[in-house]
Amino acid sequence: MTSACHTVEPDAISGATHRRRIPIAYWLLLPGMAWLLLFFVVPFYSLIATSLYDPQGGVDSGYEMTWHVANYAHAIRDYAGPFARSLLYGGVATVLCLLLGYPLAYAIAFKAGKWRNLMLVMVIAPFFTSFLIRTLAWQLILADQGAIVGFLKWLHILSADGRLLATPVAVVAGLTYNFLPFMVLPLYAALEKIDPSLIEAAGDLYASPVRGFLKITLPLSKAGVVAGTLLTFIPAAGDYINAQLLGNTQTRMLGNVIQDLFANVGDYPAAGALSMSLMFLIVGMVMYYIQKVSTDELI
Amino acid sequence: MNVLRKMLDWIGDRIVLITGILVLVYMFIPIFVVVAMSFNVPPSRNVYQFGTFTWHNWLHVCEPYGMCAALARSMEIGLLATLVATTLGTLMAFALARHRFVGRTVVNLFVFLPMTSPEIVMGSSLLALFVAAGLGGQLGFWTILIAHIMFCLSFVVVTVKARLTGMDSHLEEAAKDLYATEWQTFWRITFPLVFPGILGAALLSFSLSFDDFIITNLNAGTTTTFPMFVWSSAQRSIPMQINVVGTVMFAIALLVVLGGELHRRRTKRQLAK
Repeated sequence: MTSACHTVEPDAISGATHRRRIPIAYWLLLPGMAWLLLFFVVPFYSLIATSLYDPQGGVDSGYEMTWHVANYAHAIRDYAGPFARSLLYGGVATVLCLLLGYPLAYAIAFKAGKWRNLMLVMVIAPFFTSFLIRTLAWQLILADQGAIVGFLKWLHILSADGRLLATPVAVVAGLTYNFLPFMVLPLYAALEKIDPSLIEAAGDLYASPVRGFLKITLPLSKAGVVAGTLLTFIPAAGDYINAQLLGNTQTRMLGNVIQDLFANVGDYPAAGALSMSLMFLIVGMVMYYIQKVSTDELI
Repeated sequence: MNVLRKMLDWIGDRIVLITGILVLVYMFIPIFVVVAMSFNVPPSRNVYQFGTFTWHNWLHVCEPYGMCAALARSMEIGLLATLVATTLGTLMAFALARHRFVGRTVVNLFVFLPMTSPEIVMGSSLLALFVAAGLGGQLGFWTILIAHIMFCLSFVVVTVKARLTGMDSHLEEAAKDLYATEWQTFWRITFPLVFPGILGAALLSFSLSFDDFIITNLNAGTTTTFPMFVWSSAQRSIPMQINVVGTVMFAIALLVVLGGELHRRRTKRQLAK
């Protein structure tokens, strides 16, 4: 933020230029904002309308707008299972991402030295190949004949006929893997800003490394934890690729149901109501978190 | 005893680094699998498993029916979406980073919203809009393109804005002091300095568009993009050639990133001389 203020200073000297500049900003924003209004905001209005249509209608015969608020109650009642699973799987995956991502982000920020840039590239490198192809690779890794299942059977963690593929474990593992970079990058951004001398000072004052971490590093990286949690949980809870490719019919998440209702069943009001419910939930979560950390830190 | 003690100390010192490297290895496991699978003949057509080694998949990439057509379509959509999103997003980034105006905070927050909305919600709301507008029967290339430009925009704005705010404004002030016009200052100083940010944003847009599945799948109608081809073949039998495409994508992206890093180091060294 400080550098942004820097650029204004020359204008502040001559008030005339400042006043002349104002309209230009609006012109620069116009095309992009128009696109976002038309294809991000207006669609929400359409979705809310769809979620309140009379469920008696159909895709072909058309729907009537009847302010059918009951759609929400019905959708949540009928699909309570997928709704709960979305929150549960998304939540567990987010916690796992935090547990895996924090040491990695910490190592890159403080321990990597000249390898820092290389490690950062390696964090985003999995993104270089397709999400679907990577998830299919997990199908192979977790397969019944695969090495991991064999090893777990040898350890007797899995029973002789136990499997990983087509279980909730595989879905959560896939979600954790796919969204880990979304956790690591904001954590790294927050940790990198911490002055290492603060941590050294804690050590000089006879704080144990663990105490130093809990009292200094962790609180200072709070913005990164919050941003990482949101950026991981939001796409994980809305995802249906992992549930479809790594799970079974008992692991269907909200995304699977919404996609199915739109594309195959053709029940638009129920799909709309489910979609909006997920959005309300996430907006509530974001608002709650933003109260805890100021927006400037998040963005 | 002493040796063991030393070993434990050595590990204790590096425990965080070791954990970090293990996590990185975990992130790379599927990439290794994808590369290995690109040289694989599965034991039978419907089994996604390691069988025997072959060059066949690399020599006959376009063999699976419809794969290369889907690939070409994804590239076309990716390039067009990148072009539009990068242009519109860069303009917005300049407005947000270089100008003070009423409503700036609101715009900043607004740009942030698409990045925090789940894809399934954005995809279904766009579908609801297209259907309400009577375009339900015309879903395809254009509706996919519209959607891709929409979700790429925010990422462009954020990337270019970060570059602009991190830039040293003294160079531009110096140019103005030396009687450069605003136009000259922009093209000779500002633009070359922001360009790496714009290029990065364009690469990010292309990969986001190229890889998108959830939003595309809802708004594609009967049009098939590459991720949609992978998805539909995952329900039947998976051609090994998709792993060739995955490997090539990975290699190209890696070359671009490493090339950029080398270029950055060379210019830095030249400047130091």
